[in-house]
Amino acid sequence: MSTIIIDVMPKRELLDPAGKAVHRALQQDGHVEFGAVRIGKRFELSVEGEVTEAHLDKARALADDLLSNGVIEDVVAIRVEDTP
Amino acid sequence: MRVGVVTFPGSLDDRDALRAVRLAGHTPVALWHKDHDVQGVDAIVLPGGFSYGDYLRCGAIAARSPIMVDILDAIERGTPVLGICNGFQILVEAGVLPGGLIHNDHGQFVCRDQELVVENTSTAWTAGFHENQHITIPLKNGEGGYIADDETLKRVEGDGLVVFRYSGINPNGSLHDIAGLRNDSGRVVGLMPHPEHAVEAGFGPDTALAMRSGVDGLTMFTSVALEGVLR
Repeated sequence: MSTIIIDVMPKRELLDPAGKAVHRALQQDGHVEFGAVRIGKRFELSVEGEVTEAHLDKARALADDLLSNGVIEDVVAIRVEDTP
Repeated sequence: MRVGVVTFPGSLDDRDALRAVRLAGHTPVALWHKDHDVQGVDAIVLPGGFSYGDYLRCGAIAARSPIMVDILDAIERGTPVLGICNGFQILVEAGVLPGGLIHNDHGQFVCRDQELVVENTSTAWTAGFHENQHITIPLKNGEGGYIADDETLKRVEGDGLVVFRYSGINPNGSLHDIAGLRNDSGRVVGLMPHPEHAVEAGFGPDTALAMRSGVDGLTMFTSVALEGVLR
C-alpha cells in the first residue's frame, strides 16, 4: 500500500487564529524561541499497490479543487510515502 | 410563491427560514440535500448552520452535495437564491459569489444584534428596502470574515456587488466591512447575518420602540415577491 500525502496551509497573508492561539500558549509556557505558529491540514489518500502517474494527476486536481480553496489556502506539497 | 429551504446534515436554521417564508406570505417547501429535485419552487433559501459539520471548510462539502447541481441549474435559469450564514459560505465555495470566508479576526464566535446598511436594492431579496436603509438583524458565526484578493475586491466594489455592509462596528474583520454580496444578475444574494431571526415581533432584536420587536429581516422574504411584481 502507498499513500499520497497532500499538505494545505492557510495563505501566508491571512490571519490564522488557531495558529496564533497555539503560539500564545507556547509563549506562556516559556517557549519564546518560536516566532510564530501556523496550522494547516494534511490529507492522506491511500492507494492499493503502487502509486501511478494517473493517481498523482488525480490527486493534484483534487488538491486544487475540493481539498483546498485557492482564495484562502495554498497546496504546499504533494508527495508519496510507502505505507508499512 | 413557493419558496424552498434546503436542509443539509448539520443545518440549524432551516426551520426558522421556513417559518420566515410563511410569515412573509409564501408557501414554504422543505428541500433535502440528497434529492436531485428542487420541486419546481420559485425561490430557494440555503439556511445557516454547520453543514456536514463544516468539515474540510465551511460550506465546502455542502457545495458539492447532490441538490447543489440542481440549484446551480436553477440559478442559471434566474431563480432567486438566498444564502444565509452557512448558506453564504456554500455559495462562495460553489463559486457563485466571489471571495472567501475565514475565521473572525478576534478568533471568537460572535453573537449580537448587528446593524447593517443596505447598499443595493436592485436584487431579488432587497427590493423592499430603500437605498442606504439601516437595519438590525442577528449575527452569529465563528467564520464570517470576508476576504478577497485586491482584484476581486475592486470588481466587487466597481460592479456594485456589495449588498450589505456592517455599520457601527465591524464584528469579524471582514474586508471593506462587507456583510453580504449579490451575483451579477442580482438574483442570488448571500450574507452572514440572519434575516430569518428578525421576522416576528417578540423574537427579534431590541428596537427603540420595544424589546425584541425588530422585524427588519422580514423585508428580505417579502422582497422576493415584490421583485416579481416589479420585474
